[in-house]
Amino acid sequence: MEKKDGHTLLGRFFRDYGMIFVLLLLCVLFSLLTLAEQHPTGVKAGRQVADQIVNQEGSGAGVVIVTRDTAEDHAFAAAIQAELSERGAIVRASVNGSPADARRVISEVLGRGESIEAIAANDVTSRWTIYEQFEGLGREQIVTPQSHTWPNFLKMSNLLGVANQTAIYAIIAIGMTMVIITAGIDLSVGSLVALASVAGALLIRDFGGGAEASTGMMLLGVLAGSGLCALAGAFTGAMVTTFRLPAFIVTLAMMLMAGGLAFRLSNGSSIPELPASFFLIGGGKMLGLPNPVWIMIVLYGVAHIVMTRMSFGRYLYAIGGNAEAARLSGVPVKRILLIVYTISGALAGLGGIVLASKLQAGDPKFGLMYELEVIAAVVVGGTSLLGGSGKILGTLIGAFIIAVIKNGMNLTAVDPFNQKIVLGAVLLAAVLIDTLKRRRA
Amino acid sequence: MTQVAAGRDTPLLQMQGIDKSFPGVHALRGIDLTLMPGEVLALLGENGAGKSTLIKVLGGAHQPDHGSIEIEGEVVSIDSPADAIRAGIGIIYQEFNLVPALSAWENIFLGRERTTAGFIRRRDERRRAQELFDRIGVRVPIDAPCGSLSVAQQQIVEIAKALSQEVRIIVMDEPSATLTPAEVSCLFDIIRDLRAQGIGVIYISHRLDEIFQIANRVSVIRDGESIGTVPIEELTRVSMIEMMVGRKIDNEFPKHRHPIGDARLQVTDLGRGQAVRQLSFEVRRGEVLGVTGLVGSGRTEAARLIFGADQADTGTITLDGVPLSIRSPRDAIGSGICLLTEDRKSQGLILGMSVRENFGLPNLPEFSVAGFIREDQEAQAFAGHVDALSIKIPHQEQAAGNLSGGNQQKVVLAKWLQRNAEVIIFDEPTRGIDVGTKYDIYLLINDLAKAGKAIIMISSELPEILGMSDRILVMHEGRKVGMIDDAASATQTQLMDLAVG
Repeated sequence: MEKKDGHTLLGRFFRDYGMIFVLLLLCVLFSLLTLAEQHPTGVKAGRQVADQIVNQEGSGAGVVIVTRDTAEDHAFAAAIQAELSERGAIVRASVNGSPADARRVISEVLGRGESIEAIAANDVTSRWTIYEQFEGLGREQIVTPQSHTWPNFLKMSNLLGVANQTAIYAIIAIGMTMVIITAGIDLSVGSLVALASVAGALLIRDFGGGAEASTGMMLLGVLAGSGLCALAGAFTGAMVTTFRLPAFIVTLAMMLMAGGLAFRLSNGSSIPELPASFFLIGGGKMLGLPNPVWIMIVLYGVAHIVMTRMSFGRYLYAIGGNAEAARLSGVPVKRILLIVYTISGALAGLGGIVLASKLQAGDPKFGLMYELEVIAAVVVGGTSLLGGSGKILGTLIGAFIIAVIKNGMNLTAVDPFNQKIVLGAVLLAAVLIDTLKRRRA
Repeated sequence: MTQVAAGRDTPLLQMQGIDKSFPGVHALRGIDLTLMPGEVLALLGENGAGKSTLIKVLGGAHQPDHGSIEIEGEVVSIDSPADAIRAGIGIIYQEFNLVPALSAWENIFLGRERTTAGFIRRRDERRRAQELFDRIGVRVPIDAPCGSLSVAQQQIVEIAKALSQEVRIIVMDEPSATLTPAEVSCLFDIIRDLRAQGIGVIYISHRLDEIFQIANRVSVIRDGESIGTVPIEELTRVSMIEMMVGRKIDNEFPKHRHPIGDARLQVTDLGRGQAVRQLSFEVRRGEVLGVTGLVGSGRTEAARLIFGADQADTGTITLDGVPLSIRSPRDAIGSGICLLTEDRKSQGLILGMSVRENFGLPNLPEFSVAGFIREDQEAQAFAGHVDALSIKIPHQEQAAGNLSGGNQQKVVLAKWLQRNAEVIIFDEPTRGIDVGTKYDIYLLINDLAKAGKAIIMISSELPEILGMSDRILVMHEGRKVGMIDDAASATQTQLMDLAVG
């Protein structure tokens, strides 16, 4: 029996999360397609360049550092300078600027009669043509960080970007998954994103002091913004349960009303008067990960436990499987549905706040077509629109499948029109797989 | 009775050595079946014996691995439903194939419209449909949408559709399951008429008394094998059941009588619209109260009111003298009342969920701490019931939809037993359940009564009502029309007299 359990556990993993292999396959595919020569820059590359110079020219060599005026290059230059000084080489000058700046500085150094044994440069500055104008300076004096081959897709900055862009969709998709598991749908989430961003920003601007708002007032605005969307969700739930209206129609109506309200409140314009503390929610980082990604991870952890370990989760599957049988088994169907639409609204509101923070404004044009993007993630993640089956972590995988396909197509410069065609085909394939699986079962 | 003289000795249909396997299941093992013109052959067998597979082979939905099918002496190959119709075979399944929005005549000619240049010859089709209904001898409103017709009328439309295709063989799969006794007797008149026209009828039913009324011969299959074909005159109820289950049985209804205690459930003046009116009765400790009446007499509706599935307009319900306020099934369950619905698949179970999860659904408060389910406790409790009720499941994660009717019924029962229900309402407890499992269910009802529960058993099967009840409540048009205090001495005639009002 023990053995059999282990076997079925693995079987269940494949059945529930088989999509993860699609995701991995896509990652491999785009890694291969985006293999490219990488020219590192930054602290690590700087130390390596300094090391190379000292090894080649010995300590006591005179060096000019040539970089551009960017944050990354400043770090690069600073690292070279620090390492060289430590190893006994002499930094004659350090340039952070244009080729003209470099030419001026080098001629000054040479004009003072100082020798230049090496020029520390990066990939871009090494290709400038100014060096040949000076006698005794040639290609061989220019030292650049060693290049290597690595997929653009797999660069940490790209992966974090993908995760950061997916986070908001993925957060909203948690509520959507729950709703769809009960055999419902929530089309209002996109409009609620806009409404939350506008309502939150307005409260902070008009009652909290705008850009000078205290952190407390800022948090109050945030809570009010997502709270308003939770209320909208509760209203949807009440319509669906009390009057037995189809969720499709109620949430379609809510989509129009919430969208209109967002424009009404903001008079159709963006609201950027927000405090710096507000921008931390969506723009900040913790332990190397963007904050939206942290919010996503925590919420998925909670939602997974709720869906697999708690009565509430079991009730959701039961209602989606057969609402009447669930009711006759004593499941409080109306209460659970009311809660699930409230959760969906609240998470859409949270998504709106995070988006407003990331883009540093509340805007009624936010969230356009988010509902479709989010439903696509849920469906690609293996949740059936018929209700009764689906997995929260499947949705996370689904959201990432869509994000990776989009990112991969951007990196490989696929035409935006073609991207739409591909995404449509992916959605169709996901539904087809679900239907075929169901037919075989 | 006029019999078609020609070919009286040539079998209309002869199936020989039909063999069919599905992955993991040997469904049919060399089945033989012979149908003569103008005869009704009853096909009997427990659920899963292979009846449906055999019918699907005949109807072209499955192809046999081995064996031959002859129609009027000629070997035919039936590879599709269209082939079956061409060969003169019409099958009326339990679930009708009618488009609810279309009228009777439109349904009859659906897919075979009589047209001129693409236009449907409506008058021609209507006239022909009317002729078919005249031939059957039943009036059906032929212009009304089929969705608005009664089940019995829809069945007649199906029969007319089969006749319009000039079939010689009609298969009826449990045609009486959803009909009232009056409708059943009307159906039998139609079948006798078809028989007189030389049409052969294969009749599938679990109701043995019907088979005595209508069948000429009985063919029994068990575990995919032909057990035998016997003229009806040579059979008794018990011998038929023994052929089906393959063992001796002493008593179809193992009623155990024990002392009855005080009143537990008291229902007074219960009412809802026209469905249930001024219904009062009591159920005592250790008692099985049988409730019967025609379909539509308000039996199921009354049970739903007591269980809170529908809201009552009037009436009070007390349990052990304590008045109950029941506004939802949740309230009823909390008070110790439970209902095993007549339709397990659509109301009793969530078919896609595992049996353990179904079992746990009403019991989660017991198995959870702060909303977190203790699955180990749940599994352990369920395992106890699986043993006690001898539920046959490979493992607890089995989806409820894949179980036989009897095992599904036991899973539903297990979830209520765990709730420690005091009042248990069974609505058609053995409908669609095979003979062997029926017996188990009867024993369970006995045990529950003996343990002091108050039991209400709703059933249309009069032998079951008579065989298992202590007292019998008869309903008609929502009202109580009779209460028989000594069920042991009651008769079917007595019940029928009351039931028709």
